[in-house]
Amino acid sequence: MAQPMRIRATMAGDLADVKVLMNHPMETGLRKDAKTGQLVPAHFITEVSAAINGAPVMTAEMSGGVSKNPYLGFKVKGPKAGDKVVVSWLDNKGDKNSAEATIG
Amino acid sequence: MNALRRNVLKGAAGAGVVAVAVAAGLLKPTQAMAAWNKAAFEAKNVGDAMKGIGAASPADSKDITIKAPDIAENGAVVPVEVTSGIAGTTSIAILAEKNASPLVGNFNLSGGAQGFISTRIKMGQTSLVRAVVNAGGKSYTAAKEVKVTIGGCGG
Repeated sequence: MAQPMRIRATMAGDLADVKVLMNHPMETGLRKDAKTGQLVPAHFITEVSAAINGAPVMTAEMSGGVSKNPYLGFKVKGPKAGDKVVVSWLDNKGDKNSAEATIG
Repeated sequence: MNALRRNVLKGAAGAGVVAVAVAAGLLKPTQAMAAWNKAAFEAKNVGDAMKGIGAASPADSKDITIKAPDIAENGAVVPVEVTSGIAGTTSIAILAEKNASPLVGNFNLSGGAQGFISTRIKMGQTSLVRAVVNAGGKSYTAAKEVKVTIGGCGG
């Protein structure tokens, strides 16, 4: 069920610039299916967490108001090139996914 | 990671309840969710949403920069970038004021994370995009209007 997630982490000066692209439909539960006229059930990511070398740097709660295939960018001071970034998410149906990348 | 595990378990248990409730047509799927800040995310107006995230009356701040297009052609994908110049920023929330549920996301920062969040949101119609920043136990806010030509919520 869970689809791949892409993470790109690069050093920009003394900041690690982390960009995450998650594959997810992000249905709000308010949209109607064009063919059947039925509401499409809500299916969206509710929680995202990111850690660098095991230390949490960002946790987020979100709603269906985030665009389909959510993009998330954040910057962290302290890490060095070669440090490991792990990002995981959980959605309202209990699906989850996790991916890791090395800061380059 | 224990907290996450607990959420996963709750999420799995909740999913079954949701399926039954949806089948019975009684409940919106999100109502059976646990652990997630339901009150804030399901708030129908900006005031309730801000109360839900513990920022009932944030002070206006010029140190918060919201980078978003003046005119968004497609409301389904509106890039929003929030930069907080306030020292000790611990969280950034993004709200689209006229969405059915204004609170889009609440991002907590720790361990050297800077006051910066970049993402893409949906907007149903032209409205203010508001950022609410928590720093040192106080809350601050700023807003920017984004005109939407094609809405991105529902259909």
